[in-house]
Amino acid sequence: MSVIKAHFSRKYLREETLPTLFCPGCFNGILMNALAKAFEELGIDNLKKFVFVSGIGCSSWIPSPYIKADSLHTLHGRAIPVAIGVKLAKPELEVVVIAGDGDLASIGLGHLIHAARRNVDLVTILVNNYVYGMTRGQVSPTTPIGLETPTTPYGAFEYPLDVCKVIEATNANYVARWTIAHFTQLKESIKYVFSKIRRGFRFIEVIAPCTTYISRRLRKTPADTIKDLLRTSILLNKAKSKELGKLIVGVFKSEDKPGYVELYKNYIERAKLSNVR
Amino acid sequence: MVINLRRAFLTGNEAIAEGALVAGCNFYVGYPITPSSEIMHYMARELPKRGGVFFQAEDEIATINIAIGASWGGARVMTATSGPGFSLMQEGIGYAIMTETPLVIVNVMRVGPATGQATKSAQGDLMQARWGRHGDQVAPVLAPESPQECIELVIKAFAISEELRVPVIVLIDEFIAHMREVVEIPSEVRIPIRRRPKDPSETPFGSPDPRVAPPMPPLGEGYYVLVTGSTHNELGYRDTRSFETHFKLAKRLWNKVWLNIDKLFEYEAWGIEDSEIGFVTFGSTSRSVRRACKLLRSKGIKAGYVRLKTLWPLKLDPIVELGEKSRAVIVPELSLGQLVLDVERGIGDSAKIISYGKVGGGEPIYPSELVKLASKVLGK
Repeated sequence: MSVIKAHFSRKYLREETLPTLFCPGCFNGILMNALAKAFEELGIDNLKKFVFVSGIGCSSWIPSPYIKADSLHTLHGRAIPVAIGVKLAKPELEVVVIAGDGDLASIGLGHLIHAARRNVDLVTILVNNYVYGMTRGQVSPTTPIGLETPTTPYGAFEYPLDVCKVIEATNANYVARWTIAHFTQLKESIKYVFSKIRRGFRFIEVIAPCTTYISRRLRKTPADTIKDLLRTSILLNKAKSKELGKLIVGVFKSEDKPGYVELYKNYIERAKLSNVR
Repeated sequence: MVINLRRAFLTGNEAIAEGALVAGCNFYVGYPITPSSEIMHYMARELPKRGGVFFQAEDEIATINIAIGASWGGARVMTATSGPGFSLMQEGIGYAIMTETPLVIVNVMRVGPATGQATKSAQGDLMQARWGRHGDQVAPVLAPESPQECIELVIKAFAISEELRVPVIVLIDEFIAHMREVVEIPSEVRIPIRRRPKDPSETPFGSPDPRVAPPMPPLGEGYYVLVTGSTHNELGYRDTRSFETHFKLAKRLWNKVWLNIDKLFEYEAWGIEDSEIGFVTFGSTSRSVRRACKLLRSKGIKAGYVRLKTLWPLKLDPIVELGEKSRAVIVPELSLGQLVLDVERGIGDSAKIISYGKVGGGEPIYPSELVKLASKVLGK
């Protein structure tokens, strides 16, 4: 009699919530797989000590409700501050933010930059699908120029934001960008920020174009989009100084400076010794 | 429990901070804003020494959301702000109500709208404190009138918020914030300890008794809590479609506060047994009202007042009683008239209602003005 073993990822998921409500072909599934593989390879049995904090949008549904861990599904744009509150109140927990470009690059960009500036001990995964997927695919701060959306029916014309560049300019410990076509590299980055660098602000941008509001509008399949991502992206160490039009992927920054929690602990020690009244 | 009282000479703002510390507040997050900043300064000095967390956020939106995260992280949290910051916090306060997150929010009222007069006192945030959030929601609002009451009502705010899993708003105005009086600080107080679910029948977002808050599971202990601001069922799972789930949740959150009104509602009544002229008041204005009533009585005019210490949820009974006794009821406010709407609702036609609104420039309502007005109204 053969024994059917449950898929390894099941232990990280709330089985009763499956299958997911994501659109057919949605790249959120690939990110979920990368997360599960990373946890598995790190030998993490369960996510009891993890708290996932997300915002409003498709990617924010990855942890809420699918990942089996404590999860706070916050207001639009406010995942980072809620995560900061949890981390400072319970520093022993691993606090992870998963949110989209609408949350992190638009309405909540201020919080993102300040969390990175303070090097708060959070892992933040920006799922950049280039549009507001949940509200029918409107233009976002990261939408490539030319894309037709309901709010740019004649083609997007604003300069998009390179969030990694912004975060790289702060005191964040780790900044990387991968597309969902770079599965292994993405998984390795996730493993890295949960094992090698355990402190400070660790930021991973995942390029996961919306398969419904981008691929379909361009008459492409999700598979076509993956091929496009491989063709149009270039590794950081191979990018020449003026590689126009290519999406640079790779690890932009990797440091191990003390994070906010450690700095605040030192501050408390100073306060206890002081005689300020 | 032996409670020792310690005397101190504190401003209202300092008393708020001291009251919070006595209540066990171990996490303060805020953003500088006049006239509330001294609360923040006090906490910035005291909390790190005691091993607590003090955090200055990048804005008030971050502030309220950090407070929410910290509360779920198990901390006893307070923030303080003033009108403009309070407006920015409203969406977060709504989230705290929806997710049943205990925290205390102090609003030191100043002249508005917009930047208004940052250093000048006002009472124009009464309606915002009650109704600032979208949707059906209720959060208790307390209104001290002195530094001593700042201590007492902040302690009460923490007790309510922890017991009912609800954000509690403490509304003071600039006069109270910056007046200095002798206060007595209790050495310790009893704040309810958060209940955690004992067995699977106890759900984090459902309660068989509408007056009792559900237990609040701590993070990181394998409860796998699902917290969401979307409509959710007893277990926390999002349900953004069904009428039943939403109606049940909204009603429960509503009843959780309204059915506890006897516990929440506090007021002070003076001279209403035989009053011919009545006042309804709260906050700093009540100090002038009290003086005015004494002056009126010394002139042979029977004056009485009802002072609300709880602005929400509100019991109209004392106001109704005052209206039945009095020929006229004056509602003095440092605004163009907000509390007067409750008085109209309670009293109807049984007495003449006079709204006396005055705001701006740090002008208080003087007792002499009220004495003159009352005499004129009664034709005496």
